[in-house]
Amino acid sequence: MDGTATIEELVRGSLDRCVKCTICETACPVAAVTPLFPGPKYAGPQLERFRTGGPSPDRSLDLCSGCGICTHVCPHGVKVAEINALARAAMKAQRGVPLRDRIVARPATSARLARPVAPLANALLAAGWFRALLERSLGIHRRAPLPPFAGRSFQAWVRRRRPRALPRAVVYFHGCSTNHFEPRLGRMTLEVLEHNGLHVAVPPQGCCGLPLQSNGLLGAARRYVRGLAARLAPYARRGYPIVATSTSCALMLKREAMEILGLEDDPDLRAVSERLYDVCEFLLLLHERGELRTDLRPVELTLPYHAPCQQRGHGIGKPALELLSLVPGLRVVESDVECCGIAGTYGVKREKYDVAMAVGEPLFRLIRDAGADAAACDSETCRWQIAHATGVPTLHPIEILHRAYGLAPPA
Amino acid sequence: MSTSRGEGTRGRIGHRVPGRGPGPGRGRGMRDVVVIGAGVAGLAAAIRLAEAGLSVEVVAKGVGATHLAAAVVDVLGYAPGRVDSPAEALPAFVRDHPDHPYARLGPERIAEALSWFRGRVAELGYRGGLQRNLLLPSALGVPRPTALAPATMAEGDLRGGGRIVVVGFRALKDLHPRLLAENLALADVPGGRVEARAAEVALDLGAADLGAVALARRMEDPEVRKELLTELEPAVADGEAVAFPAVLGLDDAPGIWAELRGALGRPVFEVPTLPPSVPGIRLFRALRHALRRAGGRLTMGAEVVGAETGNGRVTAVLTRTGSRAVRHAARWFVLATGGVGGGGVGSDSTGAFRERVLGLPLRFLPPEGPPFLPGYLGAHPAARVGVAVDERMRPLGPDDAPALENVVAAGATIGGAEPWREKSGEGISIATGYAAAGTVLAEVG
Repeated sequence: MDGTATIEELVRGSLDRCVKCTICETACPVAAVTPLFPGPKYAGPQLERFRTGGPSPDRSLDLCSGCGICTHVCPHGVKVAEINALARAAMKAQRGVPLRDRIVARPATSARLARPVAPLANALLAAGWFRALLERSLGIHRRAPLPPFAGRSFQAWVRRRRPRALPRAVVYFHGCSTNHFEPRLGRMTLEVLEHNGLHVAVPPQGCCGLPLQSNGLLGAARRYVRGLAARLAPYARRGYPIVATSTSCALMLKREAMEILGLEDDPDLRAVSERLYDVCEFLLLLHERGELRTDLRPVELTLPYHAPCQQRGHGIGKPALELLSLVPGLRVVESDVECCGIAGTYGVKREKYDVAMAVGEPLFRLIRDAGADAAACDSETCRWQIAHATGVPTLHPIEILHRAYGLAPPA
Repeated sequence: MSTSRGEGTRGRIGHRVPGRGPGPGRGRGMRDVVVIGAGVAGLAAAIRLAEAGLSVEVVAKGVGATHLAAAVVDVLGYAPGRVDSPAEALPAFVRDHPDHPYARLGPERIAEALSWFRGRVAELGYRGGLQRNLLLPSALGVPRPTALAPATMAEGDLRGGGRIVVVGFRALKDLHPRLLAENLALADVPGGRVEARAAEVALDLGAADLGAVALARRMEDPEVRKELLTELEPAVADGEAVAFPAVLGLDDAPGIWAELRGALGRPVFEVPTLPPSVPGIRLFRALRHALRRAGGRLTMGAEVVGAETGNGRVTAVLTRTGSRAVRHAARWFVLATGGVGGGGVGSDSTGAFRERVLGLPLRFLPPEGPPFLPGYLGAHPAARVGVAVDERMRPLGPDDAPALENVVAAGATIGGAEPWREKSGEGISIATGYAAAGTVLAEVG
């Protein structure tokens, strides 16, 4: 290919490298549990040749959860997941995107609407009759893990806080989930970074567009991610590292928006992509330079750690494991299970809930069998899924570090 | 330094972090060894190094050929006639093939490496040895000489002949029991002849078409095995050994194999299917487990896109995360990226070859002439392309001196062999991986 090929052409062109070795099929967590999904090779490189602009030849692609493992394991560099994401979006564009998908793809919108009445909204989400209604009317499974809305957003909390004056600075990309559902995680992240002598800037920021993208709403996803990149790019251009606790949103900014949404020419996105770090990746780099504080107290816990698919998609190994290994007393159990099943908004859908739970079952078993008091995982929807399926509290690795540093837990 | 006007974080960004990106990579961040490639060679080297207490990271673009190969360990199967005893054949073989990786290792080191390997994946119960090759049926029913085979396969040894019933699953399209049985009956085996027939089981598995991996997962259900046995018991005749496609579970294959063997009261064995290879996935998992147990790290989805070199040494290799390069600094590097087939050696339509990570000089390049030969299984002109190494697995430069001080190579990256024709692939991978690790251990201590 010459230098004028777009990323989209390179992604689609990568299917020429597919030698049908089936390695992706052996790793696909969805094909492992349902015969209705024929696997990433079949749905991707093989069917792609029939996708010539006409009606999409196969609906089974709708069952692809978009976890990205197929791309991750491919030894030939075929962008299987990206090809399938584009084909899935084209299929949904032809058949129409359900209202349900348009709603779950905009968690921040729901959260903003619900916040003034958060206690009521949360009571409704906890009520069986309301969930049954939600399932019948919208198609959100009645048992699907839906997080409670926070009464106050992380941004609102940050704005009232006196920041600590510290010699060096980073920018915190907290994402929608921290802002609207888990502001505790944001506070702990900020305190862990400050404990390490870093001033933390928290600019206003919107959604990265990932849920839109995975629901096939590519146009809206492009608008969202461009907007977010424009907010963060000035910091990136001045050389500040941007750290993220939402590992899937971080992957969106690092790579997926360029490859799936074809935004490789967006200068803001490129600048942000170059300066973006998963928070554990960043802390481990500090440690490698001897700059991470290691005044860590023992945390006596048996802690299964699951690196989510989107974290593995970063191609950086599992930095959380290295960080957790610094904590005395902690017995970390590394999960080799491919996926917890939820894949963002996939597992909350009525027709996919059972598939998602079956995908995650080996992980749930591992956590139950470990006799664990808590589990750890980098991605929020995966944490909610794991806690829902096992009843075991599931934490971001930062929460463990926060405790080990002896910092007071947020009220 | 202080922050710029410390009131409110919004829009305030203070001072920049000195040293953009991941720093020089000295001190705690520097590994003892980075291994490039997660095939059998790379993992073998990594396991040996990690078990010796070194900090080891394996970086790999994806999984290696383990998922396609049969998980038997071929050491020397043809030279050029079928080899009965690799131990007896190796001395003459290395004499006749002075450029072969085996000639750099010598028979003793090959034997030592194999015995070490068996201990690393003890849960798979490898049988056999270098004294006598096993003769196991391939998916097409051709006798395959191989040195070691997992417990679930070893009873397929055709030497001495015998009667075999080949079980076929209607839903599995990747093994054809009749073709296998008919070819087995034609097979040239020492000490007897093979009688074989096919028996297809209908077993309702809820799908018309199942791949080997999906079928292996179904076989982990005791109820499915019970149904299988109910259907199978009347179909098996006295004196017949039972051949299954290699789908007897992913997680507990030895257990499932022993259960079927006990229930059927006769030898039972797996025959490799077309890819994907269930036994290969088991082997990959066993090796990954051994690496983890020893404290090694495995980073997948990380293609090495460049290297930093200077003063005859490699200081770091580079992968990417998004638009940013990630440095993997180490004192030593093991190059186990594969050959032309595995992607470690690139080739283009002009006939140019390139070692893709470090740009090392390649040897055994094809002579000028047609790039293909008329015979399908003939010696391909490019079959032996790879780097040349010394006895310590250090890749050689144009002057026959080690090209880089702190790099060793393992597996198919090393040229001079024709693994497909010799049936030597896993033997080369394990022995060179083991030896490459030995060099690092001798230097690092």
